[in-house]
Amino acid sequence: MTQIELPSYLEQSEAVSARFDKLKQREVILEVKHLGKQFNSQQGLVTALKDINFKTHRREFVCVIGPSGCGKSTLIRILAGLESPSSGEVLLDNKPVFEPGPDRGMVFQGYTLFPWLNVKHNVMFGLEMQGFTKATAESEALNWIELVGLDRFADAYPHQLSGGMKQRVAIARALANKPRILLMDEPFGALDAQTRSKMQANLIEIWRNIDITVVFITHDLDEAIYLADRILVLQANPGEVAELIEVPVPRPRRSGQIISPEFLATKKRLEELIHPPSEEDDADGLHMIRMAHVGDDVEIME
Amino acid sequence: MSQSTPWFAVRQALSKKQVTTLTLLSFFLPILLWSLVSYVPFLWHPKIEIVEPGSVSWLKPGMLVERAVFSEQQRLATEQKTALPQGTRANPIYLPAPHEVAIAFYSAFTTEPTRSSEQWLHESLWHSIQVIFWGFTLSSLLGVPIGILCGTYVAFSKLQEPFIEFFRYLPAPAFGALAVAILGIHDGPKIAIIFLGTFFQQVLIIANTTRKLDVALLEAALTLGAKKFQLLFRVVIPGILPDLFRDQRILLGWAWTYLIVAELIGTSSGITWFITQQARYKNFENVYAAIIMIGIIGVVTDILLAKLGKRLFPWEKEQVKA
Repeated sequence: MTQIELPSYLEQSEAVSARFDKLKQREVILEVKHLGKQFNSQQGLVTALKDINFKTHRREFVCVIGPSGCGKSTLIRILAGLESPSSGEVLLDNKPVFEPGPDRGMVFQGYTLFPWLNVKHNVMFGLEMQGFTKATAESEALNWIELVGLDRFADAYPHQLSGGMKQRVAIARALANKPRILLMDEPFGALDAQTRSKMQANLIEIWRNIDITVVFITHDLDEAIYLADRILVLQANPGEVAELIEVPVPRPRRSGQIISPEFLATKKRLEELIHPPSEEDDADGLHMIRMAHVGDDVEIME
Repeated sequence: MSQSTPWFAVRQALSKKQVTTLTLLSFFLPILLWSLVSYVPFLWHPKIEIVEPGSVSWLKPGMLVERAVFSEQQRLATEQKTALPQGTRANPIYLPAPHEVAIAFYSAFTTEPTRSSEQWLHESLWHSIQVIFWGFTLSSLLGVPIGILCGTYVAFSKLQEPFIEFFRYLPAPAFGALAVAILGIHDGPKIAIIFLGTFFQQVLIIANTTRKLDVALLEAALTLGAKKFQLLFRVVIPGILPDLFRDQRILLGWAWTYLIVAELIGTSSGITWFITQQARYKNFENVYAAIIMIGIIGVVTDILLAKLGKRLFPWEKEQVKA
């Protein structure tokens, strides 16, 4: 078997590195400083997040990835203000975040459209909360619905939509508030593979066209590489930053890039970080059971 | 080729035709049983209705006697060679035949009350419906908001629910005498009993329904900028409305079950007055007719409310009926 020689994931083409230089000069939208989170559980005090630090620049797309239990959902809930950190702070435009607010839009993994409102009124909801008149809210909402390509469904109720359509409405609903940052918590996790890749392309398209910064949680390596400028890799127990990877895959992204050397090199690195081979054996405390040809005995390997 | 749906498959839906058949059967079977017992003499008919008293002085036509007593009298008459009493087998007076109840159903509405102070049946029924309406409305006016507040704010729940949990075990009819002492002998205490019977359950059930609202919807609203009362009025209340409506339908059914007790308190009135009066005159077919009438009013109200619910809440997914 021939091993394909991959470049290092740290190698960037000139265009890509120029892009990152420019990106880092942009203003910082979100800053996370020494963020920690501890829970009281039956096993005592559990540290979900430990000393998380990162910055997100304007119009940057950051993916957060990590093994299950690394606290990525907790992290995004803290960013949204739905949970409070045990230590450290979250700054949005240099102002600390204490509670949920319309400046941070959120798209959840589960479907959270209001079932009693049709698509249009779902998208209008945030605008009305902020005191816009019905007429303003409506025309704004219709623009956003058009942007996510659902103009024909403005009057439909959520239960009449497919999973992918629901999430598109959720994106429109969050963006209609003109948030500084869009937080997405595994928004495509419940979708089938085809819909998911369509949604990814869709999201990239939206992101390219408007001034929005995105923090996107996922456990799908391909999804993270395809979408992100930078990937924040967390490790579990306690949830800590393992590495902040600058994705060397050039933009605009196409689905064909999934087999490009840069893509594969990045994926290889993510694999190493998230599924370290040495710990594989007893990763979940599984006992390997192997049949042995010694009489009828079954040997249980510890 | 269409495969016919099996009648007995664990938790599998039946075809429309099967459902209709079973629905009709569920009413038809009890009526069939009732008809058999009423019209087939040898099935039960423990009594003899006297047609011709013969020589037995104490028997009168139309009288119902035990079969054993009757055959004893026949034996005695045969021995003494006097005129034999004649009779047909009959059911006890408390079990009228279906057709008698059906006739009573009609005649109960067309029979003028015996005394001028008494009410027509439809007046009695209307009176009962008003008592239910006021009892249930007053209970809902308080119970629904308190229930929603308890389900939304933990502080409310902790302040209210322990006492309500205690109070709901107290049987509402036990407050009858007290209600009369406070509210007089007319409709006041009756409405109060229905209120007491409904209110406490109502608060707990609606609090529970409110708590079942998906927290994710509240979180989504928060991230969209909703604050305090907006959360209550724009998310919690619309979010639970369909379930709230369903709860109210069930609770209305419970309110009906308190009606008979309520109407016996103070001066007896409404449909209960009619039932007790007719039972006193041994017009049991009228009693059955009145009871069936209550059932019909209950079912029809519920079906109408269910239809209304479907129209009011078009976003509600069809509930799968198992």
